[in-house]
Amino acid sequence: MNYVIIGNGVSSIGAIEGIRRHDKDGKIVVIGAEDTAAYGRPLISYLLAGKIGPERLALRGEDYYARNGVELKLGTTATGVDTAKKTVTTDKGETVKYDRLLIATGGIPFVPPIPGVQGEDIYSFTTLAHANTLIELSSKIKRAVVIGGGLIGLKAAESLHDRGVSVTIVELAPRILSGGFDEKAGRLAANRLKNVGIEVNCGVTAKEIQRGKDGHVKGVLLTDGRFLECDVVVVAIGVVPHSAIAKEAGIKVERGIMVDAKLMTSAKDVYAAGDVAQAMDQLTGEHRVVPIWPNAYNQGYACGRNMAGAKQPYMGGLPMNSISFYGLPTISVGVVNPPDGDKNYEVHALLDEEKETYRKLVFRDEKLVGYVLVGDIDKGGMYTAFIKFEMPLAGEAKDKLINAGPEVFLWPAELFDETWNPEPAKAAR
Amino acid sequence: MKRVYPNKDFCIGCHICELACLTAHSKSKDLILAYTVERGESGLSSCKHVHEGGPTCVALSCRHCDEPSCVAACISGALQKDPETGRTVYDREKCVGCWSCLMACPFGAIARHPLEAKIVKCDLCHDRPGGPACVAACPNKALKQEER
Ligand SMILES: Cc1cc2nc3c(=O)[nH]c(=O)nc-3n(C[C@H](O)[C@H](O)[C@H](O)COP(=O)(O)OP(=O)(O)OC[C@H]3O[C@@H](n4cnc5c(N)ncnc54)[C@H](O)[C@@H]3O)c2cc1C
Ligand code: SF4
Ligand code: SF4
Repeated sequence: MNYVIIGNGVSSIGAIEGIRRHDKDGKIVVIGAEDTAAYGRPLISYLLAGKIGPERLALRGEDYYARNGVELKLGTTATGVDTAKKTVTTDKGETVKYDRLLIATGGIPFVPPIPGVQGEDIYSFTTLAHANTLIELSSKIKRAVVIGGGLIGLKAAESLHDRGVSVTIVELAPRILSGGFDEKAGRLAANRLKNVGIEVNCGVTAKEIQRGKDGHVKGVLLTDGRFLECDVVVVAIGVVPHSAIAKEAGIKVERGIMVDAKLMTSAKDVYAAGDVAQAMDQLTGEHRVVPIWPNAYNQGYACGRNMAGAKQPYMGGLPMNSISFYGLPTISVGVVNPPDGDKNYEVHALLDEEKETYRKLVFRDEKLVGYVLVGDIDKGGMYTAFIKFEMPLAGEAKDKLINAGPEVFLWPAELFDETWNPEPAKAAR
Repeated sequence: MKRVYPNKDFCIGCHICELACLTAHSKSKDLILAYTVERGESGLSSCKHVHEGGPTCVALSCRHCDEPSCVAACISGALQKDPETGRTVYDREKCVGCWSCLMACPFGAIARHPLEAKIVKCDLCHDRPGGPACVAACPNKALKQEER
């Protein structure tokens, strides 16, 4: 069996590990456009902040690819897929044959059509190369504006600030991290950033990026009329699925590459995973692009297993994020902003502004479907269990969860036994 | 692989497993020093936690899952599955303290280190000759390490 994987991000690592669960011998070829082996993409902010050195980026050990019988073609971009001939062509002029193909090309930074956005001094922050560029720049620049108050924007802002650059964040939504946070959590996090000296502007966006006669950026004009002087602009609005190669091959693409219950695309023997895929969401059953790390690994892993013949359905992804703001840890999982006025949801929120702690629990149909924790995050995983295993929480159990926190004795007895003390035949999961 | 299985019907909530875990992971390998000195100075903590629900108790720690959520979530590669031993292994040097694993593990088996941006997780006492210290210490055989 010949496996080919396009993209060498974490989805590809998941896929290699999934394939090798079932098939120790098949040949695996990974084609990766970047010139490094898979690295912790989120770690680029730790690198930019100077918290870790480049030697800590690699996701797996040096002998990983050799040990797993993987041929790694780095610095190589796949340029086309022929689903009839089952081949992939590359920019190096090669044609690689596959029996099973995984498209794991990730996302590309979305750059909105703001006047002045094309040209020098505008940066993205999604690759190691971007981080290295910003590291070099950081000693030469004084001020940066980060457009986008999502995960990547906040991380870029924090690490540039750590490099001594004065940073202002501009976010169109009324709060930072609007996807995973509500207003209260957003405020706690934004306060932390403000306290260290990062300016956070919500509810506004860049109207124009203004440049001097020499073409260099002078600053950003905001929609509320203010002008923010700066030397560089980091555009971090988010990523969009890098799906061009699939589209050109005639594979069905909506927002991302559409995949079925086994993560196969509309083309036979072609799979998709990670930031490029529009896969099923556990809680809604809908297909969505949720560009987060755990989904990318899990989908890659499930693809790998299925490519190797396991015929296992993908269980669906769960949106989740864990992010710290200068020592203030936060976690958000599942549905955290239920539709306004929707009677099917019940929300319990507890805010302690002084202690900087917040807990929000979201229930639907007597089940926990989402939570946010700020500050005190230690029970995070235990809350996740109730969502992931869709445990029924009626009456007393729900009250206990709300009042005393998650506890393993609230689990249904059968699940408890299967998990912790299974009959020998049911063990190993 | 051999995993540690807790039996809630035998657990008497004495916390001796926690103390054994603490000692096994201490520098001094001495219970009293581990408890009185190392806990405070270096943040030494137990990977095992006794959960109490009314009269019932059970001592839980990492299950070394077959397909672990923590490994999927780990952004640094600090958590990995060892294909040879089946253990879910943790490389402290690689860890950046992002708490993604803590969020993802639905078994509550990962704790924050009290002093550093690192995690605390059961390693099955892999380099301890007698196997897991908690299993050896339990006075009522509520913890078993076996192949199931
Ligand atoms: C700064 C930053 C911080 C983040 N922090 C977090 C976090 O804390 N938690 C979290 O859950 N998520 C985080 N994310 C998101 C997370 O990194 C992504 O969800 C994850 O990396 C997606 O993995 P992937 O394998 O699908 O794609 P990617 O990691 O994007 O990898 C895809 C790879 O494919 C390559 N490629 C693309 N096209 C081709 C082609 N035609 N031929 C060959 N190679 C190609 C790309 O160059 C890339 O190397 C962060 C992202 C960034 C940028
Ligand atoms: S930490 Fe949690 S998810 Fe990871 S192996 Fe242990 S029990 Fe499983
Ligand atoms: S806290 Fe450490 S071990 Fe856990 S996910 Fe983050 S880097 Fe990995």
